[in-house]
Amino acid sequence: MALTLEDPRVVEFDVRTDEMLVNMGPQHPSTHGVLRLLLRTDGEVVHEVTPHIGYLHRCAEKIGENLTGPQWIPYTDRMDYLAAMNMNLGQALTFEKLLDIEVPEKAMTLRVIIAELGRVASHLVGMGAYGLDLGTFSPFLYAFREREIILDLFEEVCGARLTYSYITIGGATHDLPGLITIPPGLAQLTGHDPNMKLEWKDACLMFLDWLEKRIAEYHALLTRNAIFIKRTAGLGAMSGEMAISYGCTGPVLRGSGVDFDLRRDGEPIYTRMYKGYDFNIPVAPFAGVPGIPSEVLVGDNWCRFFVRMLEVVESIKLVRQGLDKYPSATGTHRVPFKMNTKLPVDECYLETECPRGQMGFYIIGDGQAEPLRARAKSSCFCNLSITGPLCEGVLLADVPSIVGSLDIVMGEIDR
Amino acid sequence: MTVQEIHALLTQQFGSDVITGLNTEAKDPWIEVAPSSMADVATFLKSNEQLRFDSLNDLTGVDLLETDAKLAAKFPYEPAIVVVYHLYSFALKHRLTVKVKTPRWKDDVEGQLPEVPSVSDIWAIADWHEREAYDLVGINFIGHPNLVRILCPDDWEGHPLRKDYQFPEEYHGVRNL
Repeated sequence: MALTLEDPRVVEFDVRTDEMLVNMGPQHPSTHGVLRLLLRTDGEVVHEVTPHIGYLHRCAEKIGENLTGPQWIPYTDRMDYLAAMNMNLGQALTFEKLLDIEVPEKAMTLRVIIAELGRVASHLVGMGAYGLDLGTFSPFLYAFREREIILDLFEEVCGARLTYSYITIGGATHDLPGLITIPPGLAQLTGHDPNMKLEWKDACLMFLDWLEKRIAEYHALLTRNAIFIKRTAGLGAMSGEMAISYGCTGPVLRGSGVDFDLRRDGEPIYTRMYKGYDFNIPVAPFAGVPGIPSEVLVGDNWCRFFVRMLEVVESIKLVRQGLDKYPSATGTHRVPFKMNTKLPVDECYLETECPRGQMGFYIIGDGQAEPLRARAKSSCFCNLSITGPLCEGVLLADVPSIVGSLDIVMGEIDR
Repeated sequence: MTVQEIHALLTQQFGSDVITGLNTEAKDPWIEVAPSSMADVATFLKSNEQLRFDSLNDLTGVDLLETDAKLAAKFPYEPAIVVVYHLYSFALKHRLTVKVKTPRWKDDVEGQLPEVPSVSDIWAIADWHEREAYDLVGINFIGHPNLVRILCPDDWEGHPLRKDYQFPEEYHGVRNL
């Protein structure tokens, strides 16, 4: 509404006291990429939040219809670029389900190691960036220091640091490497000679040993930090029913007290990878975990954050078990798969547990090598849809706290 | 419940005019529902004690069309728009795929979007999924509270995931070469 001189409010006070529309993003640093939120505010209180997305839409599904399965894998890297390995895995498993491809035990073990390392890297960014949203800079730097070593390890595995295209249909493009030079970051942190040669597996174990000791520090910096608790606990709480209705998955769902993880409850083609592994699934209200602050409500920002922190520990356990099993695993790292393999006249949908939630791929074949429809159902897309209801009636400063706790990646939402 | 049992239950409730198909051969067995009754069937799927499909994992549109004349002879599907619902029950741990098939254009008039009842009041996430299906595939979800584009800009023309979609040569003075 345009202001006019006839408007009595303007003449009398020269300030408007009614509701105001505030535009947050798409270049706002705490919107995790190009997310635009339109806020209807009354003073400091937010009455309505409308997310506007699509600024990073790259037509991944249309492109997928014109490429074969292996050719589409690099595009899945660029969806959730913070957990590209897990995206590769979801896409590869969907094609394997459609084509009835049996993956050897060695490839499955390798996939567990890589996917769980990817989950650690992704959750580290989630933790650091969430601290940044709430105004603390140090955890972000520590998180990136740790993640750097995982990226170095991945670089030794496949040559890429961010967009790996490593896990592919039938297994993985290469076997895990043997002797490597110690990653520079790891040499510096552990005080080893930077020219030291060691097995990739040993470098990985050295890193996990080092990382495990740091987790208490993150808890001291963020989880048990009085300011952090005040900014997150009791805020943005949602029930399990609400989370299910809005399609929320992953840590957002488990933070609301729904005990569900596809690594345990998913389809057999996915769960058989994790058969024989010992790991827990952290679910709010975290029975048996000491020191939960009294302000915490099940399903609030703090719970979502804490689920991720506990999942890092579980993923470390999984990587260790995977590395133990790897030398004795039978088979090869890959069964051959021809680029131009024709897809059957059939279709399948498969969801996998990515760090941010359940990422689904839906492939329809029509007898050609290129699928008739290549659909990527994004987990963050569903998690973000809850923003509007969660942000009703909160203070303006709490909006970044709620959006940050959902840990979104715009590349995956917009595809 | 198996898909055969669900199919039997749905047929008993709605009759075979509404529950028009069952495919148990597919990797994910599916049930086909007449478009006009989808909202009623969805309500039943969510509320029935034996079904309790409380989660809509995915909702998407598919354009069944082969534009290449050479390949069209071998194309295994009849031209149609299909809306696919992937359901999961957290309570009972079972899955179901539901399909709704409509003509590619309403009344076969090109440009008139086919109509399917919205399920956004049954599963909240359907709100955004239906907006995406409208935006990219071109399906008019009747009863949707706010059916506007979600990924493409508001003034975008056409629905990119249609197989006969023409790529624009220009958008706001930016040439697409």
